[in-house]
Amino acid sequence: MADYREMWRSLGIDLESHDNLLDILGKLYGDIYLSQNKRPEGMEYLDFVVSEVHGYRIKELLDAQKVGSKVFGTFCVFVPEELIWAADGICVGLCAGAEIGKGDAEKVLPRSICPLIKSFMGFKLAHLCPYTELCDLIIGETTCDGKKKAFEIFSEFKSTYVMETPQMKREKDYDLWRNEVYKLKEKVEEVTGKEITPERLKSAIKLINDRRRALKRLNKLRREIPVPISGRDALLINQISFYDDPKRFTEKVNLLCDELEKRIERKEGVVSDKTVRVLLAGSPMALPNWKLPGVIESSGAVIVDEESCIGERNIRAMVDESGETMEELIDALVDRYMQIDCACFTPNNERIEHIIQLAKDFKVDGVIHYTLQFCDPYLVESYKVEKALEKEGIPVLRIETDYSMEDVEQLKTRIEAFVEVLR
Amino acid sequence: MKCLGIDIGSRTIKLTIMKNGKPIYMHKSLNTYDPINEVKKHLNDVEYDVMLATGYGRSLAQREFNAETVTEIKAFAVGARHLFPECRTILDIGGQDTKAISLNDAGKVVKFEMNDRCAAGTGRFLEVMAKILGYEIDEFGNAALKGDDNIQISSMCTVFAETEVISLLARGEKRENIARALHRAIAKRSSAMLKRVGVIEPVVFAGGVAQNPCMIEFLEEMLDISLVVPEDPQIVGALGAAILAGEK
Ligand code: SF4
Ligand code: SF4
Repeated sequence: MADYREMWRSLGIDLESHDNLLDILGKLYGDIYLSQNKRPEGMEYLDFVVSEVHGYRIKELLDAQKVGSKVFGTFCVFVPEELIWAADGICVGLCAGAEIGKGDAEKVLPRSICPLIKSFMGFKLAHLCPYTELCDLIIGETTCDGKKKAFEIFSEFKSTYVMETPQMKREKDYDLWRNEVYKLKEKVEEVTGKEITPERLKSAIKLINDRRRALKRLNKLRREIPVPISGRDALLINQISFYDDPKRFTEKVNLLCDELEKRIERKEGVVSDKTVRVLLAGSPMALPNWKLPGVIESSGAVIVDEESCIGERNIRAMVDESGETMEELIDALVDRYMQIDCACFTPNNERIEHIIQLAKDFKVDGVIHYTLQFCDPYLVESYKVEKALEKEGIPVLRIETDYSMEDVEQLKTRIEAFVEVLR
Repeated sequence: MKCLGIDIGSRTIKLTIMKNGKPIYMHKSLNTYDPINEVKKHLNDVEYDVMLATGYGRSLAQREFNAETVTEIKAFAVGARHLFPECRTILDIGGQDTKAISLNDAGKVVKFEMNDRCAAGTGRFLEVMAKILGYEIDEFGNAALKGDDNIQISSMCTVFAETEVISLLARGEKRENIARALHRAIAKRSSAMLKRVGVIEPVVFAGGVAQNPCMIEFLEEMLDISLVVPEDPQIVGALGAAILAGEK
């Protein structure tokens, strides 16, 4: 690995703690990822990206900034990133999946708040995330209360722009959102100094749709029995889609899919066709939050799909590519983003329908509903999800956990017992 | 064939050997900081052909003795059905966790609930509280039976409850009344967990806490049923493990 210390130092990274973070990450990756059997060869690219997570990609972004590009960080799949790419900007979905900088975060946040929120605050306050540091602007949103209020504090440390996301899906909510999308367009134009023309927006829409298409293709292959790729690897691919270069990423995922198709022809799975298949549904699983997938897949089950923002929720709906005028293209964005079935909406029955559909399409034996601790939207909704699944005769296990490792033994017992029930 | 089942719990290690469908040996001992050696000691004393482990320490046994494993949930289900073939619901309150298990007609686990992370409302909680109030654990339940229903304990966290108990003592509250309130709080929590999986009789009450008469009384009152308590409620998991060892 090249020496990036100078680069990190110039970004104001706390080098000592950062070394520590990379150590932990490396070890975790070794335990959870590299120890797997029969991984597809195409995962090599992902291994490379992870090993260079704070290296190569950061350098690319800094180089792009040197020639005038602007980098925008987001925390929610609600932010229409097409607008950013259309202005020659770069969008990175910032992760917040590690219990790091917790002490710093708790100086400004209550202890009982979702670990994802604590994590993004912690990364910033402890100066540990080069992505956050290099961003020209962070785009927040008013989805859940915790995040909404946390951005008020976050903005004291980093320039932040907040979009208002609606809570319902009525006519006037579409109007509100359309307005917000136009406002974001202006903001992005202001920061980048570039005009977003219909042509540019159209090609950005295609760029991001292509990435969604590749991820959809990957997920479709996971419907096969035996499944050709582990849930951990598929989750990682989805996590990396948030910060890798979209064009290169799309190519690599398509190559991987070619390989998986050959596996499927040979009826070769990553695990045996007897392995219990589960759908993991719920709160987002930001990098490097691999705890639960690691436990599930070492308990005799395989995850065949993620009903989460790092998964289906991010790739399900496509933006209509046929528009020509700015108005048509923006409307297409509005329509696409309003289809997101996040638990922050009320009512949110389409999410339940989607979960049931996924459970059937992916031929799962059961659903594990995962909520981050203190994530009210998903926690409250899990009651309805459980009821609906039980009505369909689909077994479900509800798990609420955070990023710490202290409950791993209990999780193992609960998940192994669930697998025993499904077998 | 001699089938050995071992339940390596957080507080105790339980061991059962079955031959021709009958238990021929049972043993219980306290767990220590070195569970592997503790288990080794016991295994040296007995003869067996196959072995299966359950409980918190099951993966240790898998690594160390190449034992097959199942979770406590399955082991308790099988053990309880062996003792009471009609059993449909199980409540197990052990040293470090509480489980509610619902079985179908055929004895298969259909739903379960478990406390997560902390030892709130488990055997360990009772032990700590008994100590603060100056009781031995086996007299704690009887003492609570003699108490009055005049106070309530709201906290189920071991640390907070301790504070609450100490302030009650400082106020001059009688210790058996406090004991009673603590029992009621745990029973409430456990019966809520049972209700989440559905209460179908017969309900078997297992685990160390099932030896506590006050817990039985409160639970029966709250659930409005009578509980079935095995002669030795602590051995149910090891028994189930021994039966499963024979099947593997
Ligand atoms: S769960 Fe909702 S608020 Fe969170 S990232 Fe997804 S869409 Fe955004
Ligand atoms: S995981 Fe839940 S609580 Fe946390 S930021 Fe997302 S919606 Fe909010």
